[in-house]
Amino acid sequence: MVMILRKTTRTHQRRCPLTDTAIDQTSNEHSDGDHGSTLGVSNDKLGMWVFLGSDCLLFGGLISTYMLYKDRIGPDDLGPEEMFDIPFTSVSSFVLLMSSLTVVLAITALRRNDIRRSRIWLLATAILGAIFVGGQVYEFTVFYREGLGYTTNLFGTSFFTLTGFHGVHVTVGIVMLMSLYIQSMRGKLTSGQSEKLEIIGLYWHFVDVVWIVIFTIVYLFPQ
Amino acid sequence: MAIVEQEDAPLELESGESNQITERPLGAFTRPQGSGGWRSWLFTVDHKKIGIMYGAAGLLFFIIGGIYALFVRLQLSRPGNSILSAETYNQVFTMHGVVMVFLAAIPLGAAFSNYLIPLQIGARDVAFPRLNAFSFWVFLGGGLFLLTSMFIGGWWENAPDGGWFAYSPNTGVLFSPSKGIDFFAIGLQITGIASLVGAINLIVTILNMRSPGMTLMKMPVLTWMLFITQMLLLFAMPVISVALFLLTFDRLFDANFFNVAEGADPLLWQHLFWIFGHPEVYILILPSFGIISEIIPTFSRKPIFGYPFMVFSGIAIGFMGWGVWAHHMFASGVGPVAVAAFSVSTMFIAVPTGVKILNWLATMWGGRIRFTTPMLYATSVVAMFTIGGLSGVTHSLAAADSQQTDTYYIVAHFHYVIFGGIILGFFGGFYYWWPKMFGYFLSEKIGKMSFWVMVIGFNLTFGPMHILGLQGMSRRIQTYSEGQGFDFWNLISTIGAFLIALATAMFVANILISRRAYRDGKTPDPGPDPWDARSLEWMTASPVPEHNFDEVIEVERQDEFWHRKWGKNESGQVVRRATAEEVAHDGSNTNVHLPSPSYWPIFAAVGLPIIGYGLIYNLWLCVIGGLFVLGGLYGWVFEPVDDPNAAGHHHDDDHEDIDGHDSTENHENTSEEVPID
Repeated sequence: MVMILRKTTRTHQRRCPLTDTAIDQTSNEHSDGDHGSTLGVSNDKLGMWVFLGSDCLLFGGLISTYMLYKDRIGPDDLGPEEMFDIPFTSVSSFVLLMSSLTVVLAITALRRNDIRRSRIWLLATAILGAIFVGGQVYEFTVFYREGLGYTTNLFGTSFFTLTGFHGVHVTVGIVMLMSLYIQSMRGKLTSGQSEKLEIIGLYWHFVDVVWIVIFTIVYLFPQ
Repeated sequence: MAIVEQEDAPLELESGESNQITERPLGAFTRPQGSGGWRSWLFTVDHKKIGIMYGAAGLLFFIIGGIYALFVRLQLSRPGNSILSAETYNQVFTMHGVVMVFLAAIPLGAAFSNYLIPLQIGARDVAFPRLNAFSFWVFLGGGLFLLTSMFIGGWWENAPDGGWFAYSPNTGVLFSPSKGIDFFAIGLQITGIASLVGAINLIVTILNMRSPGMTLMKMPVLTWMLFITQMLLLFAMPVISVALFLLTFDRLFDANFFNVAEGADPLLWQHLFWIFGHPEVYILILPSFGIISEIIPTFSRKPIFGYPFMVFSGIAIGFMGWGVWAHHMFASGVGPVAVAAFSVSTMFIAVPTGVKILNWLATMWGGRIRFTTPMLYATSVVAMFTIGGLSGVTHSLAAADSQQTDTYYIVAHFHYVIFGGIILGFFGGFYYWWPKMFGYFLSEKIGKMSFWVMVIGFNLTFGPMHILGLQGMSRRIQTYSEGQGFDFWNLISTIGAFLIALATAMFVANILISRRAYRDGKTPDPGPDPWDARSLEWMTASPVPEHNFDEVIEVERQDEFWHRKWGKNESGQVVRRATAEEVAHDGSNTNVHLPSPSYWPIFAAVGLPIIGYGLIYNLWLCVIGGLFVLGGLYGWVFEPVDDPNAAGHHHDDDHEDIDGHDSTENHENTSEEVPID
């Protein structure tokens, strides 16, 4: 991977300046001279990639725990089959996936320096994320009313922990998006800073991908 | 990955500089000024100062953990002893293990990583200097949090008592009703954040901030080993985080993860813990491997033998380290297939380690060896680690291991690798880099004396434990009765432990004595390159100036610094081309723009232990701690990127960054680091 990266960087740096891409822009923007960026990716972006690699293992551990425990319930206990409302969760999953599209639209708008559109899409992404989190809160409430609490059984414990961790990740993403939105309203988010949005976009896509895995494993497999 | 980055470019950026906004954000947030006194340490973002603080904190915790060990040894020195009650004994040996692994060995490795990685790759600082400071303060806060469990709520009432691997369900509220395991789980969670943040930072530094020409395969072996260490930390830390979250939720919120009555599986903890725990073993040892891979070539006057083998065996260890964890669980009923598979993989991982041992020996072979103190330590690592490695191979045989599990034989094994492999290596590293870090030599005379006391004491302490274990003495028993045949070797072991303590005291005394001797002008100035060494950190003044190097170093070869000093004449003999003083930078360049110190890393880090106390005692404290963290992060985000008064300042504020509330998600701007104008 490293080798490929270096190679592409070099060719791009040497060739036609018009096709010089985000790589060069970021390295120009973020580092002065040779010393700043060996790979041609900015430190911020590389740092986010590295962090997401680590976060995979966090969800790996939580998903494994859930898989181990989901069926360990008494015969009269509430389990996955009784609890899940697939149509409802499918809709909220769709909402979350659409937010990945809107964040990409926000990034491209910002790159074109179309500030107004980028703001709209940014806000749309945050709202879609919030709808998803709202849906999760609603789902948790319904489960609790039906008698599945956090401490009820192993299914409840591991389900709420896994989806709760994901919900917290989405919430952190919303906070980051809204901070960017506020910056944009203060006129401080222009195409020069599009990388910030890209980095948060990486995080946002990651959270979506994790949800696809969780939705498949947790909601669809037991059916 | 590269392809993703190459999406369409904003063409405006051809002339886009006008897009940059030059307004300064919230002037109230200023950067700390001044470079002297305690402030220069508290608010520093200099990787060298942070590395030194990691080293000092690690040494302090090493001494504290050593004192615990002395009490354990005193208790076991004769049969039927009652210096420590059984309850206290459980807490003391648990604290010994936890402090030594998480608060001494990891941070000492981090000390070398922080100090040496940027120097060895020719960089001015790490990729995210403020994040670096944050990770140190988080580590220190988590470590002190863990230590306060000794006296909060009574003297030795609330310290962790479940052993360093804290097996469930023994750690549930039912079986461990004191707050000890809460301190354990939350304290390690906090230090885990520090390790994770540090790993992200150093990985990005190594990948992205190398000197021009410093390709991956020209990096010094130490940097390579530290890179693998950080990769292991990156992927191992979230696994222990999950385990600790589950444990914390069980204890604080009545979750059921380890509630056997609800059908929980106690093996879940063991798997999660050892999936972290075995890579952790390599997290501890690889820095030491790297350190002696620098020391041995220097004092053998030969390049490292088989550099690519050294690198790839390290990588192999890094990968295989993930596939051997269940050998810690042979006795827990994981099934014959798993036992067989993990037995084989454990035997295999001895191969890359053996390659390294061979390469060190081959490096020394035919070399002109100088037995200085660092070299003594390095060679002793090779010998002692081999002994520990061989007893490790005996554990890979599941049938034998079933007999050895939970006996002192295990204790003997892992102390041979951890003390003999890691701690001795770190001491060697201290003696080797001390002149570089502080500008004066540690006394060779005291150093050699303390070395022999330490190695003899070490073998007296842990050698007999092999015998005790094979005789059947269980690990973690508080006492034993007369006539079991354990008396003699336990007494020897206790004597050895005090010799180690003496050697450590001699090391500390050596620091004070050598420092005074240097101040009084009795010892020579080490100059930039006291050992005739090979890597870039010796190519600058000692102690290293704040800006590291006067100019960017163009690297052409592995061991660049060596090749600038030495060359070959027509007849192929190695001759000196230049003295070290001619080649090395003298640190006189004052026109370098450096990242400014910052209040916010320590401010945000203080919040985490407060949240920890809050979780245990009163949730309102969590609010206060949370405010510290939040306030710290927002201060961090909105503080000016650089001190406006600093020379050479030419940054706009586009690096002001937005931030999540998860501490690991801060991104800092890269460009706090600027080459010379």
